[in-house]
Amino acid sequence: MTITINHYLIVSLLLFAVGFFGVLVRRNFLTVLMSIELMLNAVNLNFIAFSRRLSDLTGQVFSVFVITIAAGEAAIGLALTISLFRQRKTLNVEEADTMRG
Amino acid sequence: MKTLIWAIPLFPLAGFAINGLLYLLTHRTKGEAGHGHEAVDGHGEAHAVPPAAGSHDTVHGHAAHVEIPYKAVHTAVGVGSVAIACLLAFSAIFDVGLSAFAHGASHLETLYTWIPLGLNQSVSQVPGIAGEWTVQAAFRLDSLSALMLAFVTFVGFLIHVYSAGYMGHEEGYGRYFAYLNLFMFAMLVLVLGANFLMLFVGWEGVGLCSYLLIGYYYEKKFAADAGKKAFVVNRIGDFGFILGIFGVFSLFGTLDFQKVFSTAAANPTAYAPYMTLVCLLLFVGAVGKSAQFPLYVWLPDAMAGPTPVSALIHAATMVTAGVYMVARCNVFFRLAPDAMVVVAVVGAFTAFFAATIGLVQNDIKKVLAYSTVSQLGYMFLACGVGAFSEGMFHVTTHAFFKACLFLGAGSVIHALSGEQDIRRMGGLARKIPTTYRTFLIASLTIAGVPFLAGFFSKDAIKAAVFHAEFASFPWLPKLLYAVALFTAGMTAFYMFRLVSLTFWGKFRGTPEEESQIHESPRSMTVPLMVLAFLSIVSGYVGVPILEHGDRIGEFLSPIRLEIAGAPERHHHPPLSAELALMGAAVAVAAIGIYLAWAWYSKGEGRTPERLAAAYPGVYKTLSNKYWVDEAYETVFVRGLALGGGNFLWEVDATVIDLIPNGAAAVTKAASWVASFFDQYVVDGLVNGVADSLQAFYGLLRRSQTGRVQNYALVMGGGVFAVVAVYLLFR
Repeated sequence: MTITINHYLIVSLLLFAVGFFGVLVRRNFLTVLMSIELMLNAVNLNFIAFSRRLSDLTGQVFSVFVITIAAGEAAIGLALTISLFRQRKTLNVEEADTMRG
Repeated sequence: MKTLIWAIPLFPLAGFAINGLLYLLTHRTKGEAGHGHEAVDGHGEAHAVPPAAGSHDTVHGHAAHVEIPYKAVHTAVGVGSVAIACLLAFSAIFDVGLSAFAHGASHLETLYTWIPLGLNQSVSQVPGIAGEWTVQAAFRLDSLSALMLAFVTFVGFLIHVYSAGYMGHEEGYGRYFAYLNLFMFAMLVLVLGANFLMLFVGWEGVGLCSYLLIGYYYEKKFAADAGKKAFVVNRIGDFGFILGIFGVFSLFGTLDFQKVFSTAAANPTAYAPYMTLVCLLLFVGAVGKSAQFPLYVWLPDAMAGPTPVSALIHAATMVTAGVYMVARCNVFFRLAPDAMVVVAVVGAFTAFFAATIGLVQNDIKKVLAYSTVSQLGYMFLACGVGAFSEGMFHVTTHAFFKACLFLGAGSVIHALSGEQDIRRMGGLARKIPTTYRTFLIASLTIAGVPFLAGFFSKDAIKAAVFHAEFASFPWLPKLLYAVALFTAGMTAFYMFRLVSLTFWGKFRGTPEEESQIHESPRSMTVPLMVLAFLSIVSGYVGVPILEHGDRIGEFLSPIRLEIAGAPERHHHPPLSAELALMGAAVAVAAIGIYLAWAWYSKGEGRTPERLAAAYPGVYKTLSNKYWVDEAYETVFVRGLALGGGNFLWEVDATVIDLIPNGAAAVTKAASWVASFFDQYVVDGLVNGVADSLQAFYGLLRRSQTGRVQNYALVMGGGVFAVVAVYLLFR
């Protein structure tokens, strides 16, 4: 069985869905951050698959950008985690609802 | 240089921007600054001045030791911008050349098309300029605007210099100069504007600055009220003015002065029927701005502003804008002889009326204010008899001598640390000699003493009135002449009453006050001397009895366009008649001055007291200014605004009295219905609206959970929905 672009896309979709589901349902802030990382990497996979399929390096360049941004996002996310924990003594995102109307 | 005329208003505008921003950034409010209410005089020695100082309008001389941030910058920008404007103005005027102006030269500088309305040929039934319908932002320098430009920038510059000394101890120094610069900008736009709309922009701008500067001491209620009064009364005039502009625009399809006036002059029969209405509407604007009867009431109150403002805005420049506008529209007015009669009668009446009030005023600035109203009446009288250049001549000389008088009054007030009541002055001639000499020269000028400026300009007006001809009222010119002559006598009398009470005799205040009297700084006395010098010499541009002596008339002659089919009459009355009129004027002035001297200086005011006791009705009427303010208060302020409700209530009460039971029952039933209606329908509506809103926002509020994951879910759902719609329906 040859591996076509569809396989990559399906994996990417599943990865993205798992990530999105994690963002929606997990209560731990750290887990939510990790789920976001999953989503970003799903997008990376997508980029690279199309890059290979279309023989265009732009997709790979983009995924390198995404990885860079993801690193920054992780740093800010961890800083937020520490800050949140210091304020609330918890990482439960459902309790961080100060903006409720 | 003449191509730079657009830059003349620009420098004061820049000065306004810089001074205003700097003031906003640096000033502290009174409360924060922590200055006490104890008034101290302007020169460092802390002695308390009684808060009211026996006078109602005392506002100067308080609050010393005030740190004014960036005072030097404010002075440099405020005075410097006007100095540059003045230099630019004079270089532009001499670039065109005085003799070229007299032969009709002018310079038009169009900046851009302001209002392009496109083609519209269907409106005008009379020969207009079809297919134009645009308004340009343009400046025009011709002989009339050159004359105004010259004295506005020069007198404005002198008064800015004077202000630097006079206002030097005021906390709002920067604000003052910002407003004054804005005024210069607006006034220059008014003078240089090449069409009615530019004129109107300047007209409203000076009105705004007048309001701001009258209310400069806005913490004092009378000043804030006076500012509002000036603004509201001017709005009445401006309403007429803008209706007049609409009339011009609908008749001619353009607002450009040159096009409008040349079209009207070329087709007099077509336009004459419309001109009476247009002229009367324009004149309503002039009546408001130039403080003529019945809209003069704001000008005496405007004295609540700082004295240099009274000199610049309410004597020399802004209030003459109405005369300038009428002179500018002389073609219209000559086509409307009925409107001319109105202008002449209103002018003569105002001159007389204001002079009678001026006879008995005790506030040094109020006397000058009524004198200004009276002199403006003279100018309109001149315009009304068709002597437009004589009117403008008097505008010019008046700018010099009245600015000198007001600045002299400011110097007196400064010397007395805020005293304005002439009954508490006296004997100041020896204490403040420079102020005294300049004030005396300006008083002699306005009184019409021979060979000074006011003599020539007033005499020119009186001669023109005497020789005027009104087709429908042949007896009117002689009556107007008699009024003008009598008014000239009153002018001489009240001016020398002022001089006697202020400068001659003995000081009537306390010895402590006497020891505080001091001459003003050089920044105030030098402008006084320059203006006094101009009050002496500026009349020699218009000496009618000499060959080619009426140079100002020749200079302004291009403004007076020839009306087709109407031969211009050139009056050259015999020399003996001219000399006889001059002799009458001199005699009247001499009688006025002698009476004032004899009654107030020699007789120490006993004769006027006896007269006031003998004719209490007359004295009361005059000192209460004919109760015009009270009448306006009753009729317009209370009558219309507040009285509307009272009137309805009166009617209600009368009806109930007439038909007691029935009407009472009806009222009762009606009020029950009303209360029912109020309780259930009105309240129900109001509460219902509130309740339904509350229910609705309660729903919306629930969507704002504050939980990030809910938002992410909604966002994800939204993306899914958009993509689904895209895929399904593309």
